[in-house]
Amino acid sequence: MSTATVDSSVRWKHLYGVLSTPGPFSDEDWVPGPETITALESSKILVIGAGGLGCEILKNLALSGFKDIHVIDMDTIDISNLNRQFLFRQADIGKPKAEVAAAFVEKRVKGVKITPYVGKIQDKDEDYYMQFKIVVCGLDSIEARRWINSTLIGMVDPEDPESLKPLIDGGTEGFKGQARVILPTLSSCIECQLDMHAPRPAVPLCTIATIPRQPQHCIEWAHQIAWQEHRKDEPFDSDNMDHTSWIYQQALERAKKFHIHGVTFQMTQGVVKNIIPAIASTNAVIAAATTSEALKIVTSCNPYLENYMMYAGEEGVYTYTFEAEKKPDCPVCGNLARTLSVDPDSTLEAFIESLGERAEAQLKKPSMRTEEKTLYQRFPPQLEEQTRSNLKLKLRDLIEDGQEIAVSDPAYIIDFRFRLVFNK
Amino acid sequence: MTDSFPSALTGPSSKERKYDRQLRLWAASGQQALEESRVLLVNSDGPIDKQKTTVSGVVGVETLKNLVLPGIGGFTIVDPASVTESDLGVNFFLEEQSLGKSRAEETCRLLKELNPDVEGTFSTTPIAELLQDTKFLPAFRLVLVSGPVKCSSLDLLCNASRELGIPVLYTHSVGFYSTFSLQLPAEFPIVETHPDPETTQDLRLANPWPELLEAGARVRDLDTLDDHQHGHVPYVLLLLHYLEQWKETHEGNVPSNYKEKTEFREMVRAGARTNNPEGGEENFDEAVAAVLKSLNPFSLRSNIREVFEMEECQKLRADSASFWVIASAVNAFYQMHRVLPLPGSLPDMKAQSADYISLQNIYKSKARKDLEEVTETVRRIEGSFGAKRSPIPEKEIEVFCKNAAHIKLIRGRNIPRIDRDVTVQSSVRMALGIPESLAPISIAFQILDAVVDQLQETGSTVASIDDNETWDKQTQRIIGVLKAEDPEYVDEEVEEQIKNATQELRRTKAGELHNISSLTGGLVAQEALKVLTRQYVPLDNTCIFDGVKSRSEMHRL
Ligand SMILES: [Zn+2]
Repeated sequence: MSTATVDSSVRWKHLYGVLSTPGPFSDEDWVPGPETITALESSKILVIGAGGLGCEILKNLALSGFKDIHVIDMDTIDISNLNRQFLFRQADIGKPKAEVAAAFVEKRVKGVKITPYVGKIQDKDEDYYMQFKIVVCGLDSIEARRWINSTLIGMVDPEDPESLKPLIDGGTEGFKGQARVILPTLSSCIECQLDMHAPRPAVPLCTIATIPRQPQHCIEWAHQIAWQEHRKDEPFDSDNMDHTSWIYQQALERAKKFHIHGVTFQMTQGVVKNIIPAIASTNAVIAAATTSEALKIVTSCNPYLENYMMYAGEEGVYTYTFEAEKKPDCPVCGNLARTLSVDPDSTLEAFIESLGERAEAQLKKPSMRTEEKTLYQRFPPQLEEQTRSNLKLKLRDLIEDGQEIAVSDPAYIIDFRFRLVFNK
Repeated sequence: MTDSFPSALTGPSSKERKYDRQLRLWAASGQQALEESRVLLVNSDGPIDKQKTTVSGVVGVETLKNLVLPGIGGFTIVDPASVTESDLGVNFFLEEQSLGKSRAEETCRLLKELNPDVEGTFSTTPIAELLQDTKFLPAFRLVLVSGPVKCSSLDLLCNASRELGIPVLYTHSVGFYSTFSLQLPAEFPIVETHPDPETTQDLRLANPWPELLEAGARVRDLDTLDDHQHGHVPYVLLLLHYLEQWKETHEGNVPSNYKEKTEFREMVRAGARTNNPEGGEENFDEAVAAVLKSLNPFSLRSNIREVFEMEECQKLRADSASFWVIASAVNAFYQMHRVLPLPGSLPDMKAQSADYISLQNIYKSKARKDLEEVTETVRRIEGSFGAKRSPIPEKEIEVFCKNAAHIKLIRGRNIPRIDRDVTVQSSVRMALGIPESLAPISIAFQILDAVVDQLQETGSTVASIDDNETWDKQTQRIIGVLKAEDPEYVDEEVEEQIKNATQELRRTKAGELHNISSLTGGLVAQEALKVLTRQYVPLDNTCIFDGVKSRSEMHRL
């Protein structure tokens, strides 16, 4: 290692201070000193995401004494990343985030090894994830979070403590964010907390199609309807400026027709790309909150977060730290089916549609079956054809009140169990 | 901003693309304020003990990182220290080749790489010397100080900044703990506080103006409407319609208490048609949901009342800030109409496009009329001062009127010093009475400052910041100060908490942990952004972060 020429005890003086001295809040049985330092330096840690949070997380872990860091990200660098993703420069635009970030931190902090992987987390299997001590997640996609959550939970072997990989998750939006620590199967998981992060309700299609009132409605019309009518052979690409400009023009014309003010290019981009505001400072807060927990978990130098810190910075500095509940009806870590109340007179199709928006499900492409029969199956095509006719049937004609169904979705490896209770 | 915002057809400029994600939070006006700001960072003030221990200043550099990225105009780092081996283990904006060089110069160089639009300079001269040049400080819009700093230097800096109206953020980050305080000018008003739009709608249903009343009256015969029309009457008009019915049987009054509002809500609910395939009507659902929050008569919130009552608002001078001139004009509007100027926004609701737009126009034109009235008063005030004032831009008056109900005025406080200020002592004592309070951490930092002060005294023979005797002495002294007025709050348990906090602090021998400094740099930068853009609501005035328990607290000290 290149640290041979460096006197570690001088360079890491502050860090070694907390690793070599017991504190008033560290566990009585904790043994500070070289053993703890070795445990830290030999811990392999995985960072998912090399964006706003990921850049900060990599820097923080390298300066927390971690020596063997891996990072996964499939994205390339865009100009709009530069206001916060501080490991990237103008000249890096278009290059893979994971590689540029890894190389930068490796160069800046001597003695740390950072291994990038450019691709999706779903490319990797359990053997890959098994090599890490901890997984730190800085993602903007709820889908990827749910995937890694269920994967890590599925890996737990009660006989083998090494199979339990703590998952530390951070997320931000504007001045808000959260950091949480998940001990797979032992504490509340991402799926248990799903309803705390409800998706924004979509604008009803009839509003978009016939009675727009807001500039956003006009943009949605151009995006969802006009594009289909005029350019359906080209797949819409929200990163393509010409595509977005076309949507913008269409939206402007529609807005003019209905006397609606306020369609701008910026708003158009926000709607078609589903842009979430992001700033360096919030990312710094949340990323450091996750890496501080990683350091505490690996070294035991202080107690770790149990298990959720919510943060809001619009009015002063506000945090709320609490223990989120582990839910017995969690589809991933629980053993009971989650209850959903449904209208027995709604069609299967309407029910399937509603699963995308219901906070406690958030499944976009579900297939489903009861113990006896398949209700709807998207794949393979023959099965889809066989079950398509069920879509028009009412729920009461397909299932019993209180019956359990299993729902699968191509985005996730596991099945979700729901118990459907009819509204009275 | 140098390149202005584009016309409809050109698409965003490269600057707008770079800053897109933040422009959605503070808009072009906030960005412009940032770009016009220079920030001073005083990142150390010489060695704090005889072993040449220096504040490592990571929290200062991390704060600047979060300000350089969004594009402040420029920064200056004042730091007499040279880069040491231990700096490299905690500071990301230094590299191997930096060893032995000026820390100010090296951190400045590496921070500048983050954003070519930002200017950066540095100085290795101690801050006390720099302040002797009276032209030095006025160049800055904000001062950041990384503590602990010699008491005398901090006083000098804080006093000079107060006189110039420049805000100061004084920060400590040691081990798993951090704290920072914000010293604002005596009066710091914020117009664009960005309240949650869901909770701040102002529809004036209980105080409608004639045009709105008239629109409500046009919905006379709901029964004659076909199902489609009936299901698309905007809920605002539905509520106005039913309110008129209610008034007929309630001596002209609107529902005023919870019981009446519930009754009224049932009356609205009963109007919905349910014999349709959906079994109800969305617009009626919206109306029912809005009853409890939308029928309150207008009342002036205490934050704006306080602004109206301030002497600055009551007694304008030729050189009064435009905020006070507009506030005074809005107060005149309020005295006349007993309501504030209408903000003019209307939430989305189920309705036909044309009906919604015409209702929206009623709100918009009323807002415009109110704005005109306020503007006239502003111009009259300006006129009364003759040629001494240049006219306040219309845009500024408009932004004020739109946000009038949620304007906030913070009265600046000094950087709190327990051993000097009895009001700080009593606030800390009160905080100590709250279970789980983080006040002991803030006391531990005050003890650290006192230890540093003692080491700096001429003739002090203590060599190290980690000297037990000095810590014990200062701990006892500060506890004594807290007990002097009122011993009740500082019992044995509290003393134990303070000792635990100092013990936790001392694990790193006053050194920083990168995680905690990075997190704190995020918090401090956020407050800096709010102060510089004058948007959102800044801290008043102290924040404490506990990295052991992963939580924070705000205190007004
Ligand atoms: Zn769970």
